[in-house]
Amino acid sequence: MNAMTNVHPVKAPTLQQALHDTVWVRWLLTAVAVGFIALFLCLPLAIVIFEAFAKGWETYSAALLQPDAQAAIGLTLLTALATVPLNTLFGLCAAWAVTRFEFFGKSLLMTLIDLPFSVSPVISGLIFVLMFGAQGWFGPWLSEHDIKIIFAVPGIMLATLFITFPFVARELIPLMQEMGSEEEEAALSLGASGWKTFWQITLPNIKWALLYGVLLCNARAMGEFGAVSVVSGHIRGMTNTLPLHVEVSYNEYDFVGAFAGASILAGLAIITLILKSVLEWQQGKH
Amino acid sequence: MSILLSNISKNFGKFSALDHINLEIPEGELVALLGPSGCGKTTLLRIIAGLEQADEGRVLLSGEDKTDHHVSRRGIGFVFQHYALFRHMTVFDNVAFGLRVKPKKTRPSEPEIAGKVHALLELVQLDWLHDRFPDQLSGGQRQRIALARALAVEPSVLLLDEPFGALDASVRKDLRQWLRSLHHELNVTSIFVTHDQEEAMEVASQVVVLNHGRIEQQGAPSDIYDHPANAFVSKFIGQTNVFSLEHHDTQWLQTTGLQIADDRQGKTAHVRPHDIDIQKASDDDSAQAILKDWQHLGALIRIELVKNSPDHPNATVYAEMPNEQFKQLQLHKGDKVSLRIRNAHWFH
Repeated sequence: MNAMTNVHPVKAPTLQQALHDTVWVRWLLTAVAVGFIALFLCLPLAIVIFEAFAKGWETYSAALLQPDAQAAIGLTLLTALATVPLNTLFGLCAAWAVTRFEFFGKSLLMTLIDLPFSVSPVISGLIFVLMFGAQGWFGPWLSEHDIKIIFAVPGIMLATLFITFPFVARELIPLMQEMGSEEEEAALSLGASGWKTFWQITLPNIKWALLYGVLLCNARAMGEFGAVSVVSGHIRGMTNTLPLHVEVSYNEYDFVGAFAGASILAGLAIITLILKSVLEWQQGKH
Repeated sequence: MSILLSNISKNFGKFSALDHINLEIPEGELVALLGPSGCGKTTLLRIIAGLEQADEGRVLLSGEDKTDHHVSRRGIGFVFQHYALFRHMTVFDNVAFGLRVKPKKTRPSEPEIAGKVHALLELVQLDWLHDRFPDQLSGGQRQRIALARALAVEPSVLLLDEPFGALDASVRKDLRQWLRSLHHELNVTSIFVTHDQEEAMEVASQVVVLNHGRIEQQGAPSDIYDHPANAFVSKFIGQTNVFSLEHHDTQWLQTTGLQIADDRQGKTAHVRPHDIDIQKASDDDSAQAILKDWQHLGALIRIELVKNSPDHPNATVYAEMPNEQFKQLQLHKGDKVSLRIRNAHWFH
């Protein structure tokens, strides 16, 4: 009974206590998270930039202007330019097929789309070597016809294509599943052709998710190391992409060269992050 | 445009959604496809539209076989259950879409399109919303915009999938009347799908009752109500009391004045609640039921009665009568009453 009359004085401290605990826990968790990010994300990034400019701007730009670095940057851009549009197209087709049609083996296709995520990139590269390498399945036939895939640019393209093909499809499938096909059916019933329906109805509805997927696909295409490393053969000025150039330079004690290359990849990552936030914000708005 | 469906069948795996449907709809009718969920009514509507392909059978519009025509070339207007407005376009652009995607040769000029769109928006009384986006509209407004959009291409057949299904009860009532008068004005052959028998009776000039992928009955609303073709239709359209002669109801029914011919053995009698007259019982022997409860339905009173029969106690019988009449009877809960059944339908 006494407790009933003293409800306020009794309750107030426990409430405060609870809030106090929460504040304490909140600070601790935040500190752990921020500390972790600082230690494992910000610090390495700072070191990359610090090391790249350790011998001044001149050495930095000279490292990037040397022919091997230029070739590596060129090859990376070329690879992205070839693989990203192809995988955008593939992603659209796959998402369309999976969300708009019923067919035998659909769930198998869905699983297979995720395959590059679950297989180690090195294994993926190795598969291409086993298929197209000199001792591989198609090796003799390829050498007969004088076609080089492994230890050449086509191999790098193939490996990158394989590694990056889930990105666009993975972004589009959930969105298109949720949207359903009613708007498209409405457009068709109003006399629109399939092509017009795609351009005027489907694409405007999925454009932000599509761009998001393309962005992630591009980031991975430019940054892929494992699979490309296996098929490239590390021929300087020929089959080195930027990530491989960083490794080669580092192994040869050309630290400025390695970190200069790394700084470009890091810059790319930061731009990707900014664009990603912008796209996420746009997606949320629509 | 008249619609003729001949022998339409559709299976989803082993499930038969439509089983040899034959249906003829004359020009200018407003037809309800009525049935419980899963009866195949939406599938049938989508087959007429060309959004779904029948496994078997032909679809003829105005005598022309359109079975193999793509949905975009059937000349139909389709209003989707959830409206399917283009969310990235304004109301105006939504309605204009069908005109803008026409091939260059038949496409009206942009001023002509604007004139037509505004006329349609005025027809649905929403011209003031022309620059809004779909997510800024209420359900009823979306529905009317979807209708205006479908009408823009001057379809010869208008198909509506559960047009009032996603609306509030009060908005639904208004829109029903509105759709009916709009149809009167435009006179375009229209079919709408519904699971709500009241809606079908109120709006449609013809009702087609579907069940398990088959047509149970087709006719004017009053025909279907007054002369149900079978037990399913009788139970599905309006309320009905079912008395089974096998379940010892025979004797009890006879005391209500209902004639039971010999050939009705093994059948069931379906009695509408308003076909039952109630009188205060003069003595216990003449009482067939006890008044258990009643509910106010506005102009009508629904009366719950418990059968006063030793064979079949506790069975509830529903009766209905006008409010005034019920007041005059001065009945109370627990009163013993005698019943007169005026009319019954007999089914197996």
